[in-house]
This record gives sequence, structure tokens and C-alpha cells, in this order.
Amino acid sequence: MPPVGEILLEAKNLTKHFPVNRGLLFSRSVGAVRAVDGIHFTIRRGETFGLVGESGCGKTTTSRLILLLERITRGTILFQGRNIETLAGPELQGYRRRVQAVFQDPYSSLSPRMRVGTIIAEPIRANRAAPEEAVPDRVGKALEVVGLPRDRADHYPHEFSGGQRQRIAIARALAVEPQLIILDEPVSALDVSIRAQVMNLLREVQEEFGLTYLLIAHDLAVVKHMSHRIGVMYLGKLVENAESEELYQHPFHPYTQALYSAALPSHPDIQREEIVLPGDVPSPLHPPPGCRFHTRCPQARPLCSEEEPPLRDVAGGHEVACHQ
Amino acid sequence: MGGKRILEVKDLQTYFFTRRGTVKAVDGVSFGIDRGETLGLVGESGCGKSMTCLSILRLVPQPAGRIVGGQILLEGDDLLRKSDREMREIRGKKISMILQDPMTSLNPVYPIGDQVGEPLRFHQRLDRKSAAARVLEMLRQVRIPSPEVRVREYPHQMSGGMRQRIVGAMALTCRPELLIADEPTTALDVTIQAQFLKLLKEMQRDFNLSLIVVTHDFGIVAKICDRVAVMYAGKIVELAGIRALFNRPRHPYTMALMNSVPKMERKVNRLTSISGQPPDLKELPPGCSFAPRCSLAMDICRKEYPPVSTAGEGHTLTCWLAREDAAGG
Repeated sequence: MPPVGEILLEAKNLTKHFPVNRGLLFSRSVGAVRAVDGIHFTIRRGETFGLVGESGCGKTTTSRLILLLERITRGTILFQGRNIETLAGPELQGYRRRVQAVFQDPYSSLSPRMRVGTIIAEPIRANRAAPEEAVPDRVGKALEVVGLPRDRADHYPHEFSGGQRQRIAIARALAVEPQLIILDEPVSALDVSIRAQVMNLLREVQEEFGLTYLLIAHDLAVVKHMSHRIGVMYLGKLVENAESEELYQHPFHPYTQALYSAALPSHPDIQREEIVLPGDVPSPLHPPPGCRFHTRCPQARPLCSEEEPPLRDVAGGHEVACHQ
Repeated sequence: MGGKRILEVKDLQTYFFTRRGTVKAVDGVSFGIDRGETLGLVGESGCGKSMTCLSILRLVPQPAGRIVGGQILLEGDDLLRKSDREMREIRGKKISMILQDPMTSLNPVYPIGDQVGEPLRFHQRLDRKSAAARVLEMLRQVRIPSPEVRVREYPHQMSGGMRQRIVGAMALTCRPELLIADEPTTALDVTIQAQFLKLLKEMQRDFNLSLIVVTHDFGIVAKICDRVAVMYAGKIVELAGIRALFNRPRHPYTMALMNSVPKMERKVNRLTSISGQPPDLKELPPGCSFAPRCSLAMDICRKEYPPVSTAGEGHTLTCWLAREDAAGG
């Protein structure tokens, strides 16, 4: 693993509530979906921070807050020490250039009406990252970095396979020389034999350009393979945060333990202790009081339904939010 | 042997006739499955695993798709010779299917009780009351909480995991002998997937079900299957018991696929990737379809399709390398 540098991004008490309104004309707020509810984490330069959790846990909302696609309800995100919500003008533009994203489905994230060259050139032009005469060369270089020949810039997305399209999406993100790339399920829409190609490419470009990644994925083996640190989310809360190997070896939170025990084995002889959680994830509209996991937790005690456990350090940077 | 083997598929060929050419979606697939056994069908999208299953139920999309050859023997009886009417008696009663997305396999405008009860009313001609009683029993069996209330609810009122359990209940109400599950947990979250796989195994034990599980995930195979068939470009390239396959995969495609998946237990810096991409089924290369991506390909691989070789008891594969091994050793 490459050495990891100073703090690039820091989320402090980050919260996003989506109001739920009732009534058409005189609509009033009747509650809020607490998608992200007071989470803290830091991402260091050059590292990959993985966020795992089941659907509705708030991992994608977290990434959308970083991308400024949603307004933050409470709390702050600091990028290189600056609050991203207070950025304006050229500084805001600079931030938008430095933070790029690659999404899950390369079939819907590339416009079918634009040639690949135009798609990759768009962020370069929008961010004025290069003078107009240098744009074609920038596009060509970006294509080469992701392993596609320069002359494919004239083609349309439908002429490429799923894996190649994801390479194009990566090229588009790389074209403006970003510092942080948000990878939201970057391989889950791809065929099994293509996933390894794309994961290898992501790691190569990370090393070559010193990139920082925020990786969101549901496949625990993929997250473990790609990440230096992993944060586990449950119903809008960060319940555990540790170095990737440490989290796998010593998962502390009962939810993390259940998540790892539910992961599929890579060999039939691997027997994991089976912790099958009862029931479903509760609604984020009315999350349970106290620890949000207590309704499904096999180790819950009376305290757990009353008081919310804070995130605390248990072993050299391994943080857990649990009363145990 | 006679009573043990429930289904035998022999040289099945399902083609699609399109304006741009013939797509050999299933091209000479043969396998068998015993009572109470779980067979995994593994491969990437477009390899023909789903079409194989739809062919067994005779539900290949018409008119483009047609089963052009082979036999599908259910307890010795060829399903390809059955009339449409006879097939309707078999579907849901002897063979059932669970699809990937529970939202599209449930009708949004009917309460779930009606949907779970429909096969009972159709196949066993039960009246409303006795069907309703059986439905409650089934819902309890798939662990739906407070089933008396839930029967009157609609699919949108349930979570994904619950919907998939309802689909499971629907498939099992008539006590079929064979259940085909096509990517049954792909749409589910990790812990819900674990719940559902456990339930599936329990149901299998309780009903002595034979199970065909279609998946792209070797993890699911390792977790619940007894035997596995690996498919590539419309053909089975390797068929083996799971221990044999995981301990000693023989086909280069199986090996490459297994190596390209990151494993939790082992840390590697670089995954071994498979170059290129799955072939276009309209323009298959001559010889072995995997040869253009195979790191071990020889001259003969590009000319002629390899015959089936045996690599151990119940372990077969189609690869020229296995042929060479046999000749050399």
C-alpha cells in the first residue's frame, strides 16, 4: 500500500435530512428522512476510504454531499481545511474540478448522443482546465491512461462494451486532474471477468497520479481489496471505522460482525460463524431510539435502546459506536 | 439410478433467429440433477444460463427464440414433446421458478395473498377458503411476520427481502420437485441475502427439493451448491462437484474467473484479469469460444471445438489441454 499523506477531506457531524411534506397547496413538513445523521470521518491524501452498508444506510447521500449535489442540513465538510459550503466563485470552481465522480452504470452516465471525445472534453472545457487548442491532446492522453486508443474519441458510447464505457467514465474524471474521485459502485454493473480489469486500472491510476478515492460498494471483498480504511454505515450512522485488514480481522460492532459473517465464502470449506440478523432495516423516517441497530442486534442490552453510543477509539485508530 | 435422477437435459439447443443472424444462446448443453441436489449454473451475462432455465420451463421468448434440438427429461418424460396445456400443468406444480427481481415477478395491483394462492387454485382447484389457509401456512413457513395482516397487503408495502420470500412462498405452495432460482439474491442486500439463502436451504431440506441456482457469483455456489456447471458462450465448459471445482478447477476459463475475484481471506495487490470481453454470440470464433481470451490457447483451440474429457469422477470439461494431459499421462 502506498504511503498516506495529510488529511484531504474531513466530515464533521455531517447531517442530511430530507423533509417529508404532506398536502399540496399548504404543504407542511411532517417529518424527515434522516439519511445521514451526524457522522465524522477523515480521508487522507492518497488513500482509499471505503464506505459499506446496506441500501438506505446513507452512503450515497454522503457522497452527494461531498459533490455538493445536495445541501448539507447540519455539520461541515472541510476540504484541505476549507469549509466547502462557503466556497464561491473561482474557489468553488476549483473545488468542483478537484473532486470528480465515477458512477455505477456506465450505460446511463454517458450521453448516447455525444462522441466519446466530447464527453471527456466537457469537464476540461467547463473547468477551463486547458486552453482550447490543447483539449484534443488532453482527451487523447486521458484515453491512453485508461487503456483505450486515442482514435476511439470519434466513436459513440454504444460502440463500446460495459467495461470500456466504465474506462471512458474514468477517463472523463481523470481529464481535469482531480485530487479526490468518488467511486459509487464502480464495478457492480460490470461482468465478472471485466471487474478485475477495472479494479486494476483504478489502482494503477491512483498510484500514478496520487489520487484519493472515496469508494462506495456493497461487495465487501471488493471494498476490502480496494480500500485502506473502511467505514461501516447503518441507518445514517457511522458505526465503525478502521483500517481495512484490522476491520476484517477484528470487527467490533455487532453489525459489522454480521455483515462479514453474511459475506459469501470464496471456498466451500470456509465456514464462517453464521450471524443471521432477524428482520429488516427500520425506516430512516422513524429510526429507533438509542443505538439504531438495537432492534436487530443479537447482543442488545437495555441501555442500547435508551442511549446512543458515541463513536470512540478502541485500538489505534479503530473507532466503534457501541456500548459493549 | 432411475428414481434418483429428476431431470436430465441432453444436448439442448435454443437458438434465436434475428435479422442480423442466428444467436446460439444455448448450444448443446447437457447435465442432470438428482433429487434433493443443488446444481449451480455459473457464468457471465449472455452465457446462456438463464436461457437454459427458460428452456426447461418452455418459456423461451417467442417468436424469435426456439428450442431447436435436444431433450429435457423430467423423470424420464420429454418436456419438449408436451403440449402447451400439459406444460401449464407442470409449471408451478412440478417445476417452479424464482426470478431475480421480486418487484417484477409480483403483480402490483393484487394483494399478495391472492398471488400466493393462485397456483393452488389453478393446480389443485382449491376453493378460496382452503387456499387462504394454505397461503397463511406458506407465509409462516417463509417467515413473514404477522401473515394474517400481510396477506391483504400489496407488494409495494413490503421490503425487498420480504418480497423475495413471498415469491419463494408462491413458487413452493404446490410442493414442486424442482425449483429453478435465477439470480435469486442479486437484488438483495448482504444480510438479507444471507437470510434468504438460509431459508432456501431449509425449504430444500423440508420439501426434498432439487434446486438449480443460476448465478454469476462463485460465493453463492460455495455456500449452497453440491455441483456446478460453468457456462461460456452457450456451452457448459466444466461440470464438477463443488469441492473438485474449487480445489482443482481445470478449465482455463473457470480458473481465470475464480482468480479475477477479490477474496476476503487473501490479500493481493493486483487481480489477475481476463483480457478482452465475452464474444458476440452471432459471430463465434471457430474452435473454442474462449480461445481468443485464453492465456493457454494452442493452435488447435482456434480451429476445432474440444471434445468432452473426464478429469475425475463426475468432473468433465471441454478443453484441449485436458485432452493433452490425458494423452501425455
